[in-house]
This record gives sequence, C-alpha cells and structure tokens, in this order.
Amino acid sequence: MHPQPSEEEIRPVVQAHLHLEGPLLPILHDLQARFGFIPEAATRVMAEALNLSVAEVIGVISFYHDFRKAPAGRHVLKLCRAEACQSVGSDALAASLLGKLGVDWHGTTPDGRITVEPVYCLGLCACGPALMLDGVGHGRVDAPGAIAILEEAGV
Amino acid sequence: MKIYVSRDSAAKAVGAERVVAALRAELAAQGVEAEIIRTGSRGMVWLEPLVEVDRGLGRMAYGPVAPGDVAGVLEGSAESLGLTEEIPFFARQTRLTFARCGVTDPLCLRDYEAHGGLAGLRRALAMSGDEIVAEVTASGLRGRGGAGFPTGIKWNTVRQAEAEQKYIVCNADEGDSGTFADRMIMEGDPFTLIEGMVIAGLGVGAGRGYVYLRSEYPDAIAVMNEAVALARAAGVLGADVLGSGRSFDMEIRSGAGAYVCGEETSLLNSLEGKRGVVRAKPPLPALEGFLGRPTVVNNVISLATVPVIFEKGAAFYAAFGLGRSKGTIPVQIAGNVARGGLFETAFGMPLGALVDEVAGGTASGRPVKAVQIGGPLGAYFGRDKFETPFGYEDFDGQGGLIGHAGLVVFDESADMLKMARFAMEFCAVESCGKCTPCRIGAVRGVETIDRIAGGDAAAVTVLSDLCEVMKDGSLCALGGFTPYPVLSALRGFPEDFAGVREAAE
Repeated sequence: MHPQPSEEEIRPVVQAHLHLEGPLLPILHDLQARFGFIPEAATRVMAEALNLSVAEVIGVISFYHDFRKAPAGRHVLKLCRAEACQSVGSDALAASLLGKLGVDWHGTTPDGRITVEPVYCLGLCACGPALMLDGVGHGRVDAPGAIAILEEAGV
Repeated sequence: MKIYVSRDSAAKAVGAERVVAALRAELAAQGVEAEIIRTGSRGMVWLEPLVEVDRGLGRMAYGPVAPGDVAGVLEGSAESLGLTEEIPFFARQTRLTFARCGVTDPLCLRDYEAHGGLAGLRRALAMSGDEIVAEVTASGLRGRGGAGFPTGIKWNTVRQAEAEQKYIVCNADEGDSGTFADRMIMEGDPFTLIEGMVIAGLGVGAGRGYVYLRSEYPDAIAVMNEAVALARAAGVLGADVLGSGRSFDMEIRSGAGAYVCGEETSLLNSLEGKRGVVRAKPPLPALEGFLGRPTVVNNVISLATVPVIFEKGAAFYAAFGLGRSKGTIPVQIAGNVARGGLFETAFGMPLGALVDEVAGGTASGRPVKAVQIGGPLGAYFGRDKFETPFGYEDFDGQGGLIGHAGLVVFDESADMLKMARFAMEFCAVESCGKCTPCRIGAVRGVETIDRIAGGDAAAVTVLSDLCEVMKDGSLCALGGFTPYPVLSALRGFPEDFAGVREAAE
C-alpha cells in the first residue's frame, strides 16, 4: 500500500484555490501534482471546504481520465490511439511496445518502472505516430525509436 | 545573422530542441555572432525541424534539419528550400488568423504589435458594444469549433442579456484527432487569442474570461499562462485595458482528459468543478452559462480571428470564402500524407485539391482510400467526393461535416470496418453517460460491428437502425455524430464489410 498524506498536508493545498470560481479541478490538479495521485483523505477535506458531499467529490474524480486513486509508475507513457496516428501505424507500434513491456493498457510494470496509458490525440497529427513520455511529446515514432526514447529516459 | 527555429510542440516532438542545442554549440565553436529566435510553427510539419536563416536577404528555409546538418546550414552549403514564404505550400495560403504564427516570437508583445497586433483592440475600444457585435456579424464569422454557428448572433444574445457578471469562455479542448490549429495558435501567437477575448468582452459587456485548455497540451498551457501574465503586466488585461478605463481579465484552466468536455455545456460543468456531463439546451449558455450567467463560449480559432477582423475590417474578411462560409479556414492536414501541416485558405477549395495537390497524396506512396474530415465524429469520404468544396453547407450536403477542419488521410491499407468499430469504441470510452443512446448505443455499436465482422449479414440493418437512434436521440454531438464515421464507412466502403462476411462463409 502506498503512503497516504495526512489531512494536515492536504488542507493547505485545497485552501490555496478556494478563491477561484469553480475551484475543484484546479485543486485536483494541484493535489495530483504534489502527491502523484488523489489521496483518499482529500475527498473529505474537499467536500467540507466546498460544501459538497463526499459522493459528489468522488463522482468528479472518477469522471476524468487524468485523476488517479493510486500513484502511477515512475514513468508515464501515453501512446496515441486516435485516427491520425492509426493511419500511420500506431496500432502495430502500441502492440509491440505493450508486448515488450509486458503490460496491457493502463498497466504498470511489476517493478513500478512505467505505466502505459492510451491517449486520444496529442495534437501531433501531422507527425505521427505520436507518444508522450513524462509530459514530453515525440513524433514520427517507430518501434526502435520508441525503445530509444525509453532508454534515454532511463526506463 | 538571425536564426529562427519553432518552439511549437510538433517541432519539438521531432527534435527541434536538439537542433537548437547543436546550433548553439556550432555557433560557439565557430565564434559566430547570431541570434536564435524561437517562433511558433509555420505549419509545414513535414519540414520540421525547420530552421530559417536570415543573412539580410530574407528567411531562407532548411528542413527537416538533423543536429548533424547544422554546420552546413550555418555556412550555407546545405541545400536550402529557398525563402520560406516562397515554398509552394506556404505561398498558396491566405494567412489571416495565422499571419504572425511562425513569424514572430510568441511571447514578445513588442513583436506582436509590430506585426499588427493590438490594432484591432484599439479600434474596438473606440466602438460601442453594439458596434463591436455588428462588426463581427458583418464579417460572417462562424464558430470554428465545428458547429458553424454565426458568432455575431451568439455575441448579440449575450450582449442583450441582463446580468451583474458575464463571461467569455474559450473552448480550447481540442480533442479531435487530426486537429491542432488551436494548439498551434496558442503556442505560436497566444496574444491574438487574448486580444480576441478582450474584444469579445468589450462587445458583450463581460469582464472575465476563461480558457479551458486540454491537459494533453502542456506546452500550450505554459505559453498561454505566460502570455496572460505578460498581457496583464502590459495593461492589455486588467482593470484598465490599454488605458481605456474598461476592465477585462482572464485565466487559463486545465482540462482533465475528458473528450466530451469539448462540448460546450459539458465544458461549462467541468469549469464549474463538476462532472463533465452534458446539459440539456435550453437554456442556452448565452443566457445561462458559466455559474448560470450569460456566457459566450467560442472556439480558439473563432476568438483568435476576431483581432484581424477589427484590424482590417469586417468587409475585408467577408470578401474571402464561399457562399455562407466566409473568410478563411485553417485546414489541418494529418495522418498518412506526404506534406502534413496547417494550411489556411479561403473557404471553397475542393477536398481533392487539398489532399492531392497541397498534401501531395500519402506518405506511404500508396493510393488514398479515405479521408476523415472533422475529427472522430466526422465522415469518411472516398475519392468520389473529392470535388466537394470546403464549406459548411457543401460538406453537409455530402453527408459530412467540416468540424474543426482536420483532414486525416488513409491509404488503401485502411480497413474501414475497423475504423467504424473504433468510432463506436471511442464513443463508448468518452461518453459522459447522461443520455442512453450514446451511453448504451456505443457499446451495442461495437458488438454489432463485431457481429458483421463475424459474418452476420443481418447485423448491418441493426447497425443502421442503431445509428438512426443515436443521431436522433442523443443530447450532444458525441452520440449524435458518431454515426457519421460509422455509416459513411459502411455505405462508402461496403466491400470492407462484405469482404469479411465472404471470408467467414
């Protein structure tokens, strides 16, 4: 089980955004940036601060693909599955990478090294197939190129 | 000597940072004085990383440049593509919205002004709200996000609504595959979007604005945040816009990976911090939008086009285009193409000219089989529809839509049954779940296409029926338009559905 931050650590992060109109998404992004996931204890803090039920807060968290309930692997690889990348062979690239890493979509390698997620468009549609590793985009990627990108990042 | 290299994320994705590092190292080694200016993208993505060198006689283009090529580029021995503006792909364009993109430093306000920036805002500041709205109406500008609704009419509704606070919300949740115009303008000329939002605020009487920007675009988020801070510091935003005594300020908000939030009511819910489920209309967002207040929700390109309309005049803008599709459209050419990128042109160019002439056919060299226009909810057109002129009504008449004007080209290896199945699968993954035709229909759609693939001919009728129900019964375009790619694949390429059936028999 991963360590859970305490309510004392969470509260200032939540409070920092309460002056905004519609503060919940900025709070969730900030929590995930700091802790790597949305801590369970944060749902109560957010519900209290925003006068919402815990169920409503959980409903928001679960709606969005970005928010995690547990930390991802040390690296996050997002492979584009959308049509423009498909037209230049992203399906075969994904199959090869998932096979090499031994994971399925949304899976993390057993050593916690890397999590692989599908993404539906990175806006790199004229230079596909595209992927994003730890927030950095790469285009015109083939299987050997993808391996080289992973190796260079120390994956 | 001045050297220009794009900082657009497409350029970076294919190695622009390595090229810049190599340029710096080579300049240092040779002891040559040169300024490296990071611009937005010229939109010629197949040439990225593109390096432009100005030795006093204009910007000479080299590309794609590898780090090993930089010595040749600097000494002029590498083969040049000639002046950037004279490259046929670039020379054929009419760049109004993207006039500065790729030319200027995106975060230099002085550069922005030197290239016509803020002229439109200064003109708008001298006009009444009614005059501003009338100018946009006269320009013929229609929503570039895909719906094509006249922008002036939307603004007028918000202008006439009575409220303490009104909002300008920019929809920058550009989730459609094959589209990157929003990303390119935000990374390459962010001040034009800011200026457009200020003019919109002055026009309708809104004091606050938000850009809802998808989280898949971290570079665009960074550039926009920086640009907003610079604009605020320079008095373009804030309590006293350019010394006029009028106020407008704005914030950048990040999405969280939900495609459906590109639908305006879902976007507003998300911006309020709720689940991004679609709202039923009416009430229109123009009357009850963000936090229940009157709100203009416009796409990035619509708002980013407003400054040039005010700089050059509505009549100038409306003189471009075809029929009721006035002005220019940034066509994004993507997928399996020889020359992919952004091509801004007046409405009216036939689809085939864009695919065969501008894009140069496929990258693979094999014949073009299909083009999907307008993202994952757009129809697949085969060569038989290549005469269709690029315009809202013209595409509608052919059973398609221009959407956000992205073209994704496929060669003959594409399996259209697989593409139809993907459309349904994508709809199932991204459905907000509020209405049944979309939530359940998409799942049943995948199953039904699998039955067709398994040789069940009767399932074709079921699929057509299901698509009719999704079209007529869905609350928004996600469920309502998913039938476009599915039915266009089924009807335009029946052999891909029949072939599997025969093989199974």
